[in-house]
Amino acid sequence: MRPFTYERATSAQDAAAKAAAMPGARFIAGGTNLLDLMKLEIETPGHLIDVNGLGMDQIVETPEGGLRIGALVRNTDLAADRRVRKDYGVLTRALVAGASGQLRNKATTAGNLLQRTRCPYFYDVNMPCNKRKPGSGCGAIGGFSRQLGVIGTSEACIATHPSDMAVAMRVLDASVETMRPDGTTRAIPIAEFHKLPGQTPQTETALEKGELIISVALPKPTGGTHIYRKVRDRASYAFALVSVAAVIGRDGKGAVALGGVAPKPWRVEEADALLSKGAQAVSDRLFADATPREDNAFKIMLAKRTIASVIAEAKG
Amino acid sequence: MKFDTPAGMNPIDRLTVVGKPTPRIDGPLKVSGGAPYAYEHHDVPGKPAYGYVLGAAVAKGTIRSIDTARAQRAPGVLAVVTHRNAGKLGKGKMNTAKLLAGPDVQHYHQAVAVVVAETFEQARCAAGMIDIDYARSDGAFDLVAAKAGAKEQGGSDAPTAVGDFEGAFASSPVQLDQNYTTPDQSHAMMEPMATIAAWDGDKLTVWTSNQMVNWGLKDLAATLQVPIENVRLISPYIGGGFGGKLFLRSDALMASLGARAAKRPVKVALQRPLMANNATHRPSTIQRIRLGCGKDGKIAAIGHESWSGDLEGGGLEVAVQQTKLLYAGANRMTAMRLAVLDLPEANAMRAPGEAPGLMALEIAMDEMAEKLGMDPVAFRVLNDTQVDPEKPERPFSQRNLVRCLQDGAERFGWSRRKAPGQVRDGRWLVGMGVAAAFRNNLNMKSGARVRLNGQGTVTVETDMTDIGTGTYTIMAQTAAEMLGVPLAKVVVKLGDSSFPVSAGSGGQWGANSSTAGLYAACVKLREAIVEKLGFGPGEALFEGGQVHVGNRSADIARAAKSGEIVAEDSIEFGDLGKKFQQSTFGAHFVEAAVDRYTGEARVRRMLAVCAAGRILNPTSARSQVIGAMTMGVGGALMEELAVDKRFGFFVNHDLAGYEVPVHADIPHQEVIFIDEADDKVSPMKAKGVGELGLCGVGAAVANAIYNATGVRVRDYPITLDKYLDRLGEVA
Repeated sequence: MRPFTYERATSAQDAAAKAAAMPGARFIAGGTNLLDLMKLEIETPGHLIDVNGLGMDQIVETPEGGLRIGALVRNTDLAADRRVRKDYGVLTRALVAGASGQLRNKATTAGNLLQRTRCPYFYDVNMPCNKRKPGSGCGAIGGFSRQLGVIGTSEACIATHPSDMAVAMRVLDASVETMRPDGTTRAIPIAEFHKLPGQTPQTETALEKGELIISVALPKPTGGTHIYRKVRDRASYAFALVSVAAVIGRDGKGAVALGGVAPKPWRVEEADALLSKGAQAVSDRLFADATPREDNAFKIMLAKRTIASVIAEAKG
Repeated sequence: MKFDTPAGMNPIDRLTVVGKPTPRIDGPLKVSGGAPYAYEHHDVPGKPAYGYVLGAAVAKGTIRSIDTARAQRAPGVLAVVTHRNAGKLGKGKMNTAKLLAGPDVQHYHQAVAVVVAETFEQARCAAGMIDIDYARSDGAFDLVAAKAGAKEQGGSDAPTAVGDFEGAFASSPVQLDQNYTTPDQSHAMMEPMATIAAWDGDKLTVWTSNQMVNWGLKDLAATLQVPIENVRLISPYIGGGFGGKLFLRSDALMASLGARAAKRPVKVALQRPLMANNATHRPSTIQRIRLGCGKDGKIAAIGHESWSGDLEGGGLEVAVQQTKLLYAGANRMTAMRLAVLDLPEANAMRAPGEAPGLMALEIAMDEMAEKLGMDPVAFRVLNDTQVDPEKPERPFSQRNLVRCLQDGAERFGWSRRKAPGQVRDGRWLVGMGVAAAFRNNLNMKSGARVRLNGQGTVTVETDMTDIGTGTYTIMAQTAAEMLGVPLAKVVVKLGDSSFPVSAGSGGQWGANSSTAGLYAACVKLREAIVEKLGFGPGEALFEGGQVHVGNRSADIARAAKSGEIVAEDSIEFGDLGKKFQQSTFGAHFVEAAVDRYTGEARVRRMLAVCAAGRILNPTSARSQVIGAMTMGVGGALMEELAVDKRFGFFVNHDLAGYEVPVHADIPHQEVIFIDEADDKVSPMKAKGVGELGLCGVGAAVANAIYNATGVRVRDYPITLDKYLDRLGEVA
């Protein structure tokens, strides 16, 4: 870990403006990912702006009948919220499938969206990694890639996004609300929030320099059966090999988003339309352009079978 | 004391303290923070500085240049030690690779430097400022590729042959010829390698975490090239070792070098990401098993071959060890071959040999039972042997494998087991599996000193270690039994090289050997007490804090009224181990379920029945076995050091990447000990149990998954990617 300076922001705009002005500044909230990365010198920010004191820790109902989740709402609190449990069960289930109780107590809603890949080559500074050190190559391609992505990847990077929460938010059509350094705000649809790697895997989100997430909005509840199935080698405390977030109505129509397979929560709206045709059809569409590696090709079959399980469960 | 004839009756046989379920006497210290682990000692002369070890960035090559100038100027830095300024170093007898690299690098994350600073954070930061230019060279990192060049070894690792294996196998009506693989595994103990080192002139004291105090002492002195009498090694509490801490490792060396350079005590704990590649590991194996049976199910031919790899000068994984002894059969062969690999150093991990060997053999036995149309329990029972099958003139000292299997089958409800793929519970496919457990019993010379003071307190001193196994408690039980005092009157001091040399903790020899050594010391102390009281001759009874000889009695404390009485002795084992094969036995039963959609495998129930001689403390023995069963589930379902065959290292080098079971993976576990006392092994009549509990678990899980699904996997760990395409269609 390199030495860094630290300050507490006084307002969201103050935080955003300072982050824009200071080269190498990063926000810190729960710190459950950033501090690990700093200890390993994968991230070496020169300045940390602590946003923990900015409030933004409430869940409120929106005029449209949805929920607005403050950026600093802890994962534990979000999962336990009565309204979330009642109307957005897939989100609660995804949250409690992630990390551990201790981590969820610290981790925030915004931080969860911004957590970085657990690719082992990203984590070992002796190895090439285009995400960590642009232009150095991808160690994972041709290496140990069992956990890594099969779709949406590029020749520069095959990392996956590790979040469970984000997969549920993707199926719920959440939007990420931000404040820019000039004080203006905008809402970014979750579908556009995470970027595919292309030739610039170091750019992971649509956020501009200094832009701070202030909340995440969920649209009005749609009803249906909410399922989050996370498949992993051990029963708990492991990242997904494949996960499926699904909201499926009585008529068999609905939406699915997948985790563990791509650099972002993976959803293809055309695939949702095939839900009543069964898992094979949905999976074929979701993975139409897949580029699996030898170690992770199983994920495509696993995804199909997990979708089949979810469809069967939704039928009850 | 020489132990060379079977033990008769002795004071231990009263079993008033020994053999009784006893909570660990060090428990209150552990739960209240009063048991200092290596990194936590406060009785160090002076405030320790912090050392941070930098690991090599390449697997094989040479350090062309190393620039520490920037690191040395960094805030708080007191010293930077590399091969260039470490002074002349030797190499420990038990180490294959050097613990400090340079100029050559022998494996990934081999230590190349230690940075010593006022704070941990300063040392860590400065370590990142060391610039090293490596010349990377090609290495061999793939066991499959290196297999053809693997070579047979000599001595006890040499091939064995009895009868005409090839002929008998070829003419057997029922044959099995299969290959199995087990992966590289990491000890992944909770407490990483850690040491505080302090020099006083040319005298060195290290507070460390080491299972074998005397081995560590000798190798530290040899590596530093200082006289052994100038070194003291203290290791009273150990947060898990599993064989990873049998030897001197880089933490102790780098702390010692750092302390010498900084002229300050220095503490070093290996950071978790270094543990997989800097420390030792259990090497992967490729195993071939051939079984030839008559239609009656009797084994006529049994052959087991194994290939493993290690650095030049290293050793084999002795995966065929159990196959020499476990089942009958007139025609037999075993062979092991060693390939040279440039991966990190391979070495012992809990039940070396039997753990991976049984993972293969006990699947093969399940497969053969099916070919024969026999129940897997009945097939094993049929092929039991009461003598060493390679040397039939050698009986087993005691062998209750059949009882373990049969009692276990009854207890587990084995008769309810159905044909493969027949039992459904919702989306789960459910099955049962069994495997035999086998681990040789080893004995090691072990010494102890025991003191009696005027308050009647008995103090035990030995360099024996407690690696979480419960040694403190069984030592106290032994002394209490021998001297007829309550447990509360016994103080046990362990893990200090200034105490008598013990067996140490490894190879499941610790409990029996170290308590037998203490038994010997207690026999001497009893004689001294009786003499001091002027009671002799005659048979002495030590009971209730009193000593009785004939009709004379006295408080034991009275003997030490005029001064402490001290006795020291050791136990040495004669040739009973040659005349009698000494082994421990068990049977593992597992119920597992596999999600028919996703292939996720989860264990539902486990039972182990163990026959391991006298159980000194059923409470801690049970803990050992359930811990081992947990480790076995890890080995079966998830543990694997993933090898990058290009860069030559274990990629998943932290506890997020190297998965071991979490609580949610471990269901109800039951352990039954067969009531035994083996008079051929020691006066304690006890054997080891800590490794037995692991042996066979992996295969029992594998066999349960097969029974659940009808899908056989022969490559560990049994992860869903290896069989998903063989589960039935679901969509």
